[in-house]
Amino acid sequence: MASTPTREVARRVFAREFNDASYTFKESDDDRAPVYVLLPTGQRANRVFVVGTLTETEDVGEDSEYWQGRVVDPNGDTFFMYAGQYQPDAASMLRELEPPAYVAVVGKPRTYETDEGDVNVSIRPESISEVDEATRDRWVVETAERTLDRIQRYADADLDDPAVDEYIAMADEEYDQLSAENYRQSVVGALESLQDEQAEASAD
Amino acid sequence: MTESDLRTHAEEIHEQFSDQLEIDVDDVVDRLDTLVNDYQVPISEARRSVVNTYLDEAGMDRDQLGGGGGGNEQVQVADVDAPEEWVDMRVTVVELWDPRADAVAQVGLLGDETGTIKFTKWSKSDLPSLEEGKSYALRNVVTDEYQGRFSVKLNRTTTIEELDEAIEVGDDSVEAEGALVDIQSGSGLIKRCPEEDCTRVLQNGRCSEHGEVEGEFDLRIKGVLDDGEEVTEVIFDEEATEELTGISLEEGKEMAMDALDTTVVADEMRQKIMGRYYRVRGPTFGRYLLADEQERLTGPVDADEILIKARSI
Repeated sequence: MASTPTREVARRVFAREFNDASYTFKESDDDRAPVYVLLPTGQRANRVFVVGTLTETEDVGEDSEYWQGRVVDPNGDTFFMYAGQYQPDAASMLRELEPPAYVAVVGKPRTYETDEGDVNVSIRPESISEVDEATRDRWVVETAERTLDRIQRYADADLDDPAVDEYIAMADEEYDQLSAENYRQSVVGALESLQDEQAEASAD
Repeated sequence: MTESDLRTHAEEIHEQFSDQLEIDVDDVVDRLDTLVNDYQVPISEARRSVVNTYLDEAGMDRDQLGGGGGGNEQVQVADVDAPEEWVDMRVTVVELWDPRADAVAQVGLLGDETGTIKFTKWSKSDLPSLEEGKSYALRNVVTDEYQGRFSVKLNRTTTIEELDEAIEVGDDSVEAEGALVDIQSGSGLIKRCPEEDCTRVLQNGRCSEHGEVEGEFDLRIKGVLDDGEEVTEVIFDEEATEELTGISLEEGKEMAMDALDTTVVADEMRQKIMGRYYRVRGPTFGRYLLADEQERLTGPVDADEILIKARSI
C-alpha cells in the first residue's frame, strides 16, 4: 500500500534539546505539508513522544479555555504544552489531571516568536494519558539512547562531504551557536537521576 | 477463455493420451469449451473432468497417463501469491478453528517451512477430517485471496494423504516494540456484518457490501506502536484487546448500554493503554501486524550500559 501516507515517527528528545529546536521548515509548498522542527542534533521532528512529570496546569485562555501544561523531565527541564478547543481530549485531560502526575504525551512541535524576538517551542498534544513510573523510566532510557545515537551520527558526519545527511548539514547551519555537548550532558544527567531514584527505592 | 487457450489445453490433454488412446483434439476443445464457457468451470477443473471422461471411456487408471499427469504445481505456503490457482501442498495442520457456518466443515491454519496459511474445507466436499498436528499431502486445492491475505480451499476434487514425515512449520510472525502512541478510529466496541463470510466493520450500521444490516458486536483495537525510529500499525482482535485492556466484550457492551454510546469503550481503553510500552508478535496482514501475543513492558530498565556510553563520547 504505497499510496498510504506514512505516519510520522514520534521522536524522543529531552526538554533541553526540544526547547532549542526553534528552526522550523516544510518540505513541500503544499499548505497541508507537514511542518518540521529541526532538532539541534540533526534530525527533523514532526511529532514527539514525551513522558514526564506534570507539575502544573493552568487555563491561560481569555475568551475560551486554553490549557497550559508543564511537564518536567529528569533534568528539571520543562516541556510546555497548550491545548484548546481543537484538542478537546488533551484539554480535558489537562483540566482534570491533578499534578503532580506522570503523563505520556504524543504531540506536534509548535514554535512561536515572542515580542522580544525569542522563539518558544511547545507541544500541541494529540493525546495525554496518565502513566506509571515504570513507563517514565523506560522513556528516559529510550530517549537517552535515541539522543546519543543522534549525537554520535552528528559527530561522525563529515560536513565537507556533499552527501552528508541533509538534516545534520541543516543543523550545522541553523544552530551554529549550540553545542551537542549540552545534549550529551542532559543524557548523562537524566540517566544519573534515574539511577539515584532506583538506588533510593531499593534502600527503602 | 479464448479458443486458442482452450486449444493449448486440449493439445496437452491429447498429448497425455497419445500412447494409449486416439482422441480428437477438436473434440477435446468442444468439451472444454462447454465446461469453461457455458458452465463457468475453472480450466483446471474442466481439464480434470475431460480427462476423467476419456479415462472412463478407455477403462484406464489415472496413473497410466503420460506426460505430466495433469498434476498441479507443488507449492510452499509462502509461494501462494495469486487467487484461483490449483496447487498441491505438503503441510501440517497448525490449528483448527470453530467453523462459523454450516457450509464449512473445517477451517484453520496450515503450515510448512515457509509459513502458515488459512484453509477452508467445505461440508459439501465430503472429505476426510484433518487432525491438528498431523502432516498431509494435499492435491488439488485452490488458492483464494481476501483483502490481500491468501488462503486455500479444499474442495470435492481434493485428495488428502496423511504423511509419515512431519512437515516442519516455520514462523512467519514478526515482532514490534514501542510506545502505543495512537488508537485509530474503528477501535473499541465495533459492529461487524453478520452475512456469511463477510466480517466487514459497519459504518453507521451499514456494511459496504451488504448495506444496512443488524451488526454483531466485536472488540478490536487498531493501534500504533512507535519506538522513535519507526512506527508499526497493530490490530488487536477481541481476545488480544481483552488481554490488553481488561475489558471483555460483555463488559464493553454493558458500558455502551449504560452510556447509550459505543464510543465510551474506546475512550476507556485509551486511558488504560495509551502511552505505555508494549512488545507484540504476530503475522503481518497488509500494513498491519496482527497481534497473536502481546506483553506490556513494565520491568526495570537498565541505564548502566547507556550511561557508560554517554560518558565516553
